[in-house]
Amino acid sequence: MLMNGADALLRSLEAEGVETVFGIPGGAILPTYDALARGTTIRHVLARHEQGAGHMAQGFARASGRVGVAFATSGPGATNLVTPIADAWMDSTPLVCVTGQVRSHLIGTDAFQECDITGITIPIVKHSWLVQDVNDLPHAIKAAFHVASTGRCGPVLVDIPRDVQEAELDFAYPDEVDLPGWRPAASVNAKQVRTAAEAIAAAQRPVLYVGGGAINAEACDELRRVAELWQLPVVTTLMAKSSFPETHELHFGWPGMHGAKWSNWAMNKCDVLVAVGARFDDRVTGKLSAFAPGASVVHLDVDAAEIGKLRHADIPVVGPLKQILSELAKAFEALKAEGVGTQTRPWLAQLAAWREEFPLRYGEDGDLLKPQRVLESLQALTAGRDDMIWTTGVGQHQMWAMQYLLCDRPRSFITSGGLGTMGYGVPAAVGAKAARPDATVVCVDGDGCFQMTSQELATSVTEDLPIVVVIVNNGYLGMVRQWQDMFFEERFSQVRLDEGSPDYVKLAEAYGAVGLRVDTEEELAPALSEAMACGRTAVVDCRVDPAEHCFPMIPAGAAALDLVEYGEHQAVPVP
Amino acid sequence: MIHTVSVLVEDKPGALMRISSMFARRGYNIESLAVGPTERQNVSRIVLRVDCEQHSLEQIEKQMHKLVNVLRVSELEPGQAVERELALITVAAPPAKRAELLQLADVLGVRVADVGPNAIVFEVVGAPDQIDTFEELVRPHGIKELARTGRIGLARAGAGRSESKQLVHN
Repeated sequence: MLMNGADALLRSLEAEGVETVFGIPGGAILPTYDALARGTTIRHVLARHEQGAGHMAQGFARASGRVGVAFATSGPGATNLVTPIADAWMDSTPLVCVTGQVRSHLIGTDAFQECDITGITIPIVKHSWLVQDVNDLPHAIKAAFHVASTGRCGPVLVDIPRDVQEAELDFAYPDEVDLPGWRPAASVNAKQVRTAAEAIAAAQRPVLYVGGGAINAEACDELRRVAELWQLPVVTTLMAKSSFPETHELHFGWPGMHGAKWSNWAMNKCDVLVAVGARFDDRVTGKLSAFAPGASVVHLDVDAAEIGKLRHADIPVVGPLKQILSELAKAFEALKAEGVGTQTRPWLAQLAAWREEFPLRYGEDGDLLKPQRVLESLQALTAGRDDMIWTTGVGQHQMWAMQYLLCDRPRSFITSGGLGTMGYGVPAAVGAKAARPDATVVCVDGDGCFQMTSQELATSVTEDLPIVVVIVNNGYLGMVRQWQDMFFEERFSQVRLDEGSPDYVKLAEAYGAVGLRVDTEEELAPALSEAMACGRTAVVDCRVDPAEHCFPMIPAGAAALDLVEYGEHQAVPVP
Repeated sequence: MIHTVSVLVEDKPGALMRISSMFARRGYNIESLAVGPTERQNVSRIVLRVDCEQHSLEQIEKQMHKLVNVLRVSELEPGQAVERELALITVAAPPAKRAELLQLADVLGVRVADVGPNAIVFEVVGAPDQIDTFEELVRPHGIKELARTGRIGLARAGAGRSESKQLVHN
């Protein structure tokens, strides 16, 4: 069928099952926006900043398990997508970014709003395409979705010059991709799985160290089956939060810098560490040479390059995690049939005892609302609900969210892990709401993060994608302040935000959202309940004690046993 | 230790940049790099020389394999591969020295690419150590300019393709 490139792009996206895209128009992508206006089944959500559009697409992808799609124009539109692309790269989020480019004959001439976005993004994409011939466009889109969503998920970019969007082609969407160099691991070595199963079965103190790969692989059911079959304790990283029910008796918290003491001790004392789609990130391991020092490592991952990248794997198994875990469950069943039984009972009892002995603690002093209370209140108000999706920014509030919110359903906790992108929370929440309109989406944000992407409240309100933003407002760049307090002799440098910050209640109202303010314990639960029940976009500004630090904490580069608990470091009162 | 890695890539725009960017971003240094066509249309061969530990080499190969344009990665192991390089060397050659230099070149099988009143351009093709040898021999005469291509290589004819060790299996 004859049509122009822009229409072919939309027909291609429709053929991929895309229902929602997030973006902002501009000169070089005008033909595509004209095609949107002429007719499509795709919903376009108009963001207020391309970074917002990118994070929305990420939130959409993480909430739905589908590929997120963002549109932007050339030049600054495209460069504003760089942060979401880098974020999706670090957190393996499937993302297709479509950017307009200046007309072909202008490429390389420093034309208005020209930039080499395929060049700029090479280090942070799985692959990218600069479409120079309109006849290649359907193949590029087909390939883009395939690469983004197969193997280890991640971002791709398709850059389309304006004249290519306008050029005519005889459109047919290809059935198959032609990518001879793209061969992600598709099968599992059964013998290797059996070896892994035997090693785990023989362990006295095994731990499943689960990473975000388990969620990306849709392998959460299989993970639970494996854990329950052999009574294996599960520790989930920030990226894996919600992959395994956190109210389950086999869930033993979160590893790393602000993980629980019992979780870090579990990792430190284990004899077999089973990494499940995890990548031994420095925020998890701390000092690598002291990480799980006595453990042999079973590493399960779809990405062969993660095997042995940071920690030697004694038993590597490369392949799709869903398949690996399913085979592992079968191997455990076979072992059971052979009369081999699990030996983890004393270990589980030990872990439970540590959990009792070292609970999460925080200050009870003073009149100010403690930030942890905000999270505890949210947890108490939503316990047992199966419609919650949480997003966060990056910093102290994010770590408290990890510690206090208990997520039982996969894809219910969406956060920026690897890149640590402040401002991720609000747009990610809007994207999650677009993916799951039935869900109650709450963004737990910091006041620093909120000010980086608060403009997307407009998107939330005008696109009828209501979200609740709970600002854990301590008037500081709190995590930076914590580091300056603990490691820079209390020299607070450029971290104070309270002076000159807007009134967030009025700001919310100016956007047409509900604004609520909480100063005291008594106001907390009613305000949070009201915000979650109102059915509108709402901002709850919770004024909390700025002196409260996030504990436990393993200082950067230190070992798990160097963990600092609440009370072991004296916070400095705020003047 | 220096490793020679042969990479078959699709001849697509940006393929070389994607590979070199990966090296830069992961902190690996490329000692030399040569790119050219192969027996297959639209497929190029990149021969890279990398100074790294065996463990890093495995990482490099795995990371390269994740690049969509990369078709095959294999290490050319010493003794199992034929490696060649081309050098052009302009040597100062006043008339009094010319005969001596030409004789030296003749003995070592080095061709003369051009002769000027006071200089000769030699064309040296061979294994990299042969080029090193000639370079050292003419250095006392004064090397005015030098260009080397970086080495290219193939597995030995007797070894067959499969014996050039392929480090990543999919």
